[in-house]
Amino acid sequence: MSTATATPGAAPPRGSMKQNRRWALIWSYVFLSIFAAFFLLPPIYMFITSLKTSAEVSAATTPWWVHNPTLDNYKALLTSREFMIFFRNSVVVSTCVVIITMLISILAAFSLARMKFWGSATLATGVFLTYLVPDTLLFIPLFKIFAWLHEVTDIQFINRWWMLIILYPTLTVPFCTWIMIGYFASIPKELDEAAIMDGASYMQVLTRIFIPVALPGIIAATIFAFTVSWAQFLYPLAFTTSTDQLLLPVGIVTTLIKGDVFNWGQIMTGALLGALPPLVIYAFLMDYYIAGLTAGATKG
Amino acid sequence: MASNAATAPDGATRPRSSLRKAAQRRSTIAFLMALPLILLIAALVVYPAGYAIHLSTLNKSMEEFVGFENFEYLFERETFWMVVWQSSIFAITAVVFKALIGFVVAHLVHNIPLKGQRKWRGMLLVPWVIPPAMSTLAWLWLFDSSYSAFNWIIEGLGGPRVPWLGETGWARFSVILVNVWYGAPFFMIMYLAALKSVPEQLYEAAEIDGAGWWQRMWFITLPMMRNIIAITVLFSTIVTFANFDIVRVLTAGGPIDTTHVFATYAFKLGIESSDIPLGAAVSLFMFPLLALAAIFILRDVNKRGNQG
Repeated sequence: MSTATATPGAAPPRGSMKQNRRWALIWSYVFLSIFAAFFLLPPIYMFITSLKTSAEVSAATTPWWVHNPTLDNYKALLTSREFMIFFRNSVVVSTCVVIITMLISILAAFSLARMKFWGSATLATGVFLTYLVPDTLLFIPLFKIFAWLHEVTDIQFINRWWMLIILYPTLTVPFCTWIMIGYFASIPKELDEAAIMDGASYMQVLTRIFIPVALPGIIAATIFAFTVSWAQFLYPLAFTTSTDQLLLPVGIVTTLIKGDVFNWGQIMTGALLGALPPLVIYAFLMDYYIAGLTAGATKG
Repeated sequence: MASNAATAPDGATRPRSSLRKAAQRRSTIAFLMALPLILLIAALVVYPAGYAIHLSTLNKSMEEFVGFENFEYLFERETFWMVVWQSSIFAITAVVFKALIGFVVAHLVHNIPLKGQRKWRGMLLVPWVIPPAMSTLAWLWLFDSSYSAFNWIIEGLGGPRVPWLGETGWARFSVILVNVWYGAPFFMIMYLAALKSVPEQLYEAAEIDGAGWWQRMWFITLPMMRNIIAITVLFSTIVTFANFDIVRVLTAGGPIDTTHVFATYAFKLGIESSDIPLGAAVSLFMFPLLALAAIFILRDVNKRGNQG
């Protein structure tokens, strides 16, 4: 660790080198603090504002301090029927998407990493490429496709929150499959070959060996699927409009901002509450979160 | 296929035909297991992507084939060229700054004693964890035209009020700033992982040989991190180029359409003005970059394959 000092100079005398290192360390902390302040400023400011009354928000006092802290904004939002509907919609959609995603990607990853079939190598690469196709390219054709499905099947898709359960897996499945392929491929082949020889079926190999051994990868992929579906903004904005059909992020952005009257105390409270589930998961499962994040690059 | 037969159990003792049957059964099961994935990708990614091309050749009511008329219409509009320009500037500037800040912060974290690193890393990744639509609301409030908390400080120091989102130049700066804020932690985490994977002996050897800080950086750190830097920049370029949330919430394309990127412009035309074909035509301009990225990645995959 300590050899990677930030001080120049080829081979100074022993004593000054020690001092150089000390200074390098001090400067590292100084700059880290500056960056941390920049990175944490918006969430902190969200929190400060969320504790203010509308009167204090528009008062001429310092915006960086709360003089009369109040929880009224939190009470107002948590007892608002509208907000609870957004929250419920978001929770149901995210949960269903996580379950669907994990089912599809674990099965597919096992098949692509171990069993292989004609074209499976191409498919593995294809999965990775589809991960790169952004939602911003697909939302217009998807909108038209679901409008057309409505005409054909007489089922209303547009402006129904549950239809997002069909759409979100396109954002989560490719990456989760990719991570799982990496984790499954790292399991020694002898393990499943021995089990097959003992008469285990492929399903047994998957559920008894692969899933327990690759559990860290499964947790990382689950976290990824949850955070992506919780944060997704474009699809709900394009596909849902009625207030009882909105998901949390879109609900906060569209309903709390009404015309020219911005109730910033409530908007910030809503934003903070909307950010809370991913933050809580991150706080408790940081290592898995980061493992999932870096797996895409190191295994890809 | 050949390897399947080789790995089948008890290959030598069983008759040839049952071996082939086992392999066949195995690949059938494998195909069935991957089928949900194939269907999902085919129906909701590949088909819509192709359908977008078809849509872009229709007229507004989507009843008539008009060829390239939508594109011709776009090419004649000044706003469209501004969107092309703004998308490119936005993506390039944001990615460069994200990469630089990520690089610097990763080194800073790597410099401090190991036991403190976890805590710092945890704090510094927070912008990436918050849903961007939510954190951009905080920025929107920080940039507010009458109550901007930044302006409060600037005015306190005797400076002029800054029209963060009200003037084209500043608004462009602001959307890039927020995007850098959101994406830099991702680079930091990637680079930190890469830094950790550089063997310590290399630095020790270099130091004994009298290599200075710059030399160690140039000849050891950067070459060892090359792959991660390349793939992170590639990812980030695609994601930034296709960004929607931040621009949408912060400026919604304003003032006077000057901060629109492809995604927000396509949303405005396709969903808000309900000209689906025109919106599809705009979103298709994200395709060339994707194709380019795909080529790079495929080349990389092939290289890996050759190395075994």
